[in-house]
Amino acid sequence: MTTATPQRESTSGLAEMPLVRGNLPNWAPWATLVGAALVGVAASMGLGLHIALAILLAMLVHSVAIYAWSRAVEGGRRATDRLVTTIVTSAFLLALVPLISVVVTVLQKGLVRFDSEFFTFSMRGIVGEGGGAYHAIIGTLIVTGLAAAISIPIGLMSAVYLVEYGRGRLAKAVTFFVDVMTGIPSIVAGLFAYALFVLFFGPGVRMGLAGAVALSVLMVPVVVRSTEEMLKLVPNELREASYALGIPKWRTVVKIVLPTAVAGIASGVTLAIARVIGETAPLLIVAGTTTALNLNPFEDSRMATLPVFSYYSYALPGVPREPYLDRAWAAALTLILIVMALNLAGRIIARLFAPRVR
Amino acid sequence: MTSLSPPGRTKAYQRPGDRIFSATATGAGITILVVLAGVAGFLLYEALPALRASPEDLPGGKNLAAYILPLAFGTLLSAMVALAIATPLAVGIALFISHYAPRKLAQGLGYVVDLLAAVPSIIFGLWGLAVLAPRSAELSVWLADNLGFIPFFAGPASATGRTMLTISLVLAVMILPIITAVSREVFLQTPRLHEEAALALGATRWEMIRVSVLPFGKSGVISAAMLGLGRALGETMAVAIILSPSGGVTFNLIGQGNPSTIAANIALQFPESSGVAVNTLIASGLALFLVTLLVNMVARYIVSRRSEFSGAN
Amino acid sequence: MAKSIDVSDLNIYYGSFLAVQDVTMAIQARSVTALIGPSGCGKSTFLRSLNRMHEVIPGARVEGKVVIDGQDLYGPDIDPVGVRRQIGMVFQRPNPFPTMSIYENTAAGMRLNNRKLPKKDLDEKVERSLRAANLWEEVKDRLDRPGSGLSGGQQQRLCIARAIAVEPQVLLMDEPCSALDPISTLAIEDLISDLKERYTIVIVTHNMQQAARVSDRTGFFTIAGTGKPGHLVEMDDTSKIFSTPSNKQTEDYISGRFG
Repeated sequence: MTTATPQRESTSGLAEMPLVRGNLPNWAPWATLVGAALVGVAASMGLGLHIALAILLAMLVHSVAIYAWSRAVEGGRRATDRLVTTIVTSAFLLALVPLISVVVTVLQKGLVRFDSEFFTFSMRGIVGEGGGAYHAIIGTLIVTGLAAAISIPIGLMSAVYLVEYGRGRLAKAVTFFVDVMTGIPSIVAGLFAYALFVLFFGPGVRMGLAGAVALSVLMVPVVVRSTEEMLKLVPNELREASYALGIPKWRTVVKIVLPTAVAGIASGVTLAIARVIGETAPLLIVAGTTTALNLNPFEDSRMATLPVFSYYSYALPGVPREPYLDRAWAAALTLILIVMALNLAGRIIARLFAPRVR
Repeated sequence: MTSLSPPGRTKAYQRPGDRIFSATATGAGITILVVLAGVAGFLLYEALPALRASPEDLPGGKNLAAYILPLAFGTLLSAMVALAIATPLAVGIALFISHYAPRKLAQGLGYVVDLLAAVPSIIFGLWGLAVLAPRSAELSVWLADNLGFIPFFAGPASATGRTMLTISLVLAVMILPIITAVSREVFLQTPRLHEEAALALGATRWEMIRVSVLPFGKSGVISAAMLGLGRALGETMAVAIILSPSGGVTFNLIGQGNPSTIAANIALQFPESSGVAVNTLIASGLALFLVTLLVNMVARYIVSRRSEFSGAN
Repeated sequence: MAKSIDVSDLNIYYGSFLAVQDVTMAIQARSVTALIGPSGCGKSTFLRSLNRMHEVIPGARVEGKVVIDGQDLYGPDIDPVGVRRQIGMVFQRPNPFPTMSIYENTAAGMRLNNRKLPKKDLDEKVERSLRAANLWEEVKDRLDRPGSGLSGGQQQRLCIARAIAVEPQVLLMDEPCSALDPISTLAIEDLISDLKERYTIVIVTHNMQQAARVSDRTGFFTIAGTGKPGHLVEMDDTSKIFSTPSNKQTEDYISGRFG
């Protein structure tokens, strides 16, 4: 659009914007949206286009229409701005699709066997209908509980070391390797636990404890990082006030620093548990699966866990297939509910219990 | 990091409580180093028999490199396609949450994305096979018919949908949350000063983002993508459930012969394997570990370089 | 109970950087000594060296002597933690422990140092300290409420109560009123006048008028230029420093010609 003022050097196109310009009416984007939707529907029904492609077509039509319309009325720069807004919003909506689909699918298929029998019976002696995941649920609790018992002390004290004591090369090495640990693929952690236990128990070992060790390898770095963050948030003034009272350093850490950070630490631990409780691959390798309840994680015997149970029910069903698939989905639903509950608990703990620190 | 006694002077009296506690803390830190050394060490130890065995003894009858190579190819192909799909999407979503969504909505949206990150991978596997695979099969037919000249979509399309394309899509969904979360953090950290400077020059919202947010966040996005890549490379269960592996090296994403990935291969073969086969699988796991290690280290390096320049921290 | 402090030839370093140079001063028992001077001249650093708090920063060290009751605080076998039990400190920003109640905050020093105090004795000490800090009347009905729920001035008095509960010889105060409003400041200044009957008090302050109101003796620190160490220029009775200082620099600072 031409103006009365002379053209100035524009370094990035930012300098040529007239003061008064046309405006699209507020309903304009909605209008093009509706129009595009109609086009998509027509293409889908009339041309038999796959629904995904029809939606894609509709989005394309909407983007082109709003851009062209805006460019004519408002000018190139605002048109581009509108186009980008459309693109960015579409990206977000697109991401919602798989999320909603997953939630709906798991609910639909999982509720079929979400009954009391599922939670109170194992698969012992069951072929086909009936049975449940009781043994798998207990197995998950045992293995995850052991993993937490191993990881929490190590992770907590390592974080204390890094924040309160660490200095120089050892601390740098520890920080670096904690970072490395966060990137270990879960199956490699399983292989490690297997290799470790093979030394003591010979090849073919399967043990609940080994599963716990594999999960710990995955859990420790998460605990370390989140605890570290929380400890760093404790203001140094509190430590100084404590030292000035003549309280020794270790008591300062144990009685002042840790309690101040405890809500955040608890939240971090909960989230770490939520992360590992759904891990399948390492347990597949090193704990295996069974049909009956196994309460002993310290002997060379397989122990079923919820995610592995779900996997085997789905991937290697018996005959008839349907009951196995139903059980797999019910187990998946249980698992996702547990994980969501833990996640929620973790966030709530952080919110509710943080002490007010000026 | 604080100390209570002056260095470089005669050792002041150290209380026993302090000594015990700091030794425990240091011990925990050292445990981490030991564990990691253990991971590398034990894997190497158990992989050695496979490295030394002659080809006839190995599964597949060829030498170790020939066994691992197609798997490595499958791992990389699926991960890179997933990355290509997920990264632009993630950047768009991160921008949406940080700069486009209404303030009140933005935090909730952040939680929603984090929720997606919390879903265990087995569930994505089940969903992928039950819901996505059939749809992907239909899409593959269309792709083979209309875009078959592109090597990725050369036909004939698989009828079950248990293909590299489906895997890549599922992996993309799985790594989307982590790339989005890290990118969102970075975009939110753009200094207000730079944003306001652009706006004061009369920039539109997109122009402001292009001029101040994206350049500031570029290295953060790259490191986010690399973290996502690391995750995709190591993903096991979703691939194990969905893929029907039968093929060797091919770029065809929708065909019936698909290479497996290292992780999925281990998951599928391990339970029934014994002897040298086990060592072979462990050797492939070691290879995977090294690759993901490299990717993660590059990502951390990029982040550390950037933090010197940013005004944050 | 309160003791006097003799500082001789104290030099304070951060690593190889000399922050405070050659301080020699005598602090009398049961008096209030104020340290004044422009920003960055080392007053706080000096103060913190009196109870070995500056060592909390890695690389910080000291040459010279700080003698209390015939004993050099920097002697070879001296435990810094023990020093800090004898010399208390109150900081610029009130910092009550957020996870503890008012009662627990006051008792913190005692609890964390000798566990075996029976409850009755502890109650008594807490009440005594809170009374001494002029806070008892305001909090006696809510001793188990969190310490962070008080106003700024009350929090600072709580910190003072916490510091004196362990019955130190000396009380160091690092700009205790700079984060407070004028009314709270006045309350704390009154408190200082009460406390000096039992404790030796050294207070660093930015506020010259406060030093004039509150202290018996005043020391003036300054710094020659950026990157140079701070040093003690003059130390004398407060009335003298503020009316007829011996040193020209002191006079310039007092009359506001710089600072």
